[in-house]
Amino acid sequence: MSRLLTLENVSFAYDRRRVVRDLSFSIDEGDYLAIIGENGSGKTTLLRGLLGLKEPVSGTITRSEALKAYRIGYLPQQIPEQRDFPATVREIVLSGRLNRHGFVSFYTKEDRREADRAMERLALEPLQKRSFRELSGGQRQRVLLARAMVASSGLLLLDEPVAGLDPIVSHDFYRLIRELNEDGVTIVMVSHDIHCVTKNSDHVLHLGYGHYYFGTTEAYMESELVASYLPGEERGHA
Amino acid sequence: MSFFLDFFSYGFLLRALLGGALVALCASLLGTSLVLTRYAMIGDGLSHVAFGALALAMALSAAPLAVAIPVVMAAAFLLLRLSDSSRIRGDAAIAMLSSASMAVGVIVISLSSGMNTDLHSFMFGSILSMSRGDLILAVILSLAVTLLFTLSYNNLFAVTFDENFARASGVRAGLWNALLAVLASVTVVLGMRIMGAILISSLIIFPPLSAMRLSGSFKGVTLISAAASLVCFVSGLFLSYALDLPSGPVIVMVNVLCFSLFSLVRFIRSRRPAPDLTPDP
Repeated sequence: MSRLLTLENVSFAYDRRRVVRDLSFSIDEGDYLAIIGENGSGKTTLLRGLLGLKEPVSGTITRSEALKAYRIGYLPQQIPEQRDFPATVREIVLSGRLNRHGFVSFYTKEDRREADRAMERLALEPLQKRSFRELSGGQRQRVLLARAMVASSGLLLLDEPVAGLDPIVSHDFYRLIRELNEDGVTIVMVSHDIHCVTKNSDHVLHLGYGHYYFGTTEAYMESELVASYLPGEERGHA
Repeated sequence: MSFFLDFFSYGFLLRALLGGALVALCASLLGTSLVLTRYAMIGDGLSHVAFGALALAMALSAAPLAVAIPVVMAAAFLLLRLSDSSRIRGDAAIAMLSSASMAVGVIVISLSSGMNTDLHSFMFGSILSMSRGDLILAVILSLAVTLLFTLSYNNLFAVTFDENFARASGVRAGLWNALLAVLASVTVVLGMRIMGAILISSLIIFPPLSAMRLSGSFKGVTLISAAASLVCFVSGLFLSYALDLPSGPVIVMVNVLCFSLFSLVRFIRSRRPAPDLTPDP
């Protein structure tokens, strides 16, 4: 197993305020890391830092050779504007390959092949000519996942992927992510949903205000942090 | 036939037709991206800024485009920055800037000449006002826009559909927004000579919205928008000449008609049984 990303004493600022302090952790190939934490604890800022969209104010982020710049498959939170956007499933999935192109952006045969493969993997083939605005919430999320897959070179970064989906669709989506992880894809998932996350992930990064926890999910479940994160009556069952 | 011979015997009409059609094409292409990123009102805001700038240029007896284009570009950057910083909402920023520029324009006009004809032609446009220089600029603009749309179409799609993802893919979204703002500025300044400050934004807004009634793909919307814009502009111009009506308003009404027609087609289509939704596996 090789190391993909290492963070050493990294701090990020948002609006000149430090939101993430002295964070150190690493991600290995094949990991399934869950990032959890309250609102405002800096999850989104950290995510932007991992994507290379935000420079840390101190500390270092080291990327492996295998993880080239802009090759992280990113599944952002859906924005309301996208709901009635006129674009076909195929157009959206193909756009994941843009990180291989510069200003002149014609897709190659290989790009189309990769898009076909991802759509087949996620059972989107019958939908490929359909418009994004006609799809259900779960189908849309699968389309954006396919786009992330064709963009990535092995690492997927998912930002609250089941937000707004009903329980059954969420469950299916988590299963899909687990299957991808079993196939060797490294997963980093930001989520509020501690139950599902701890059931699936092998590592947890819990961001608090000014403190954090990083370790295996097993060790995390034994720690006091879990108890503080769950409402009282659920502590026994978690 | 003699109608067309008549029409083409006037040099200024031919210039208006050619220059206007090129501007309409650019407006519809840029408009697709602006409307879908919720910047639709930016065209409206910029046209009011252009009104103020043209009034100022007239009062200073300076070349109108040399004053208006830089001023409108500066306004476009300011609006993009304001929307990004989110301290003031984008639509509020546009409303502020456009009413302030209108106020400046009207005061400058009444102080300097008080000539009503200038005010009128700035507000509502004139088919007579497309100069040879405007036409050359329109040709350059449309070449730039079509080149951009051909070579970098997929980047444009990515930035329009999902700016966050585009950034994470290494697409420089900030640069793209700036480029679109610059091109939209030139389009607005050129277009308002014929359409007027009040009506120019219709060329940016109507064609993409009409196209979205008919097509659910980005490529379809882009192509239909461009075609609809050209057809509406050219037929509107001929119609206004034939009916002896001001060209700007007639062109807008043809666009309204096109939008209604496309909406009707969509309505009829939606009443047919919907294609089978493939169930989730």
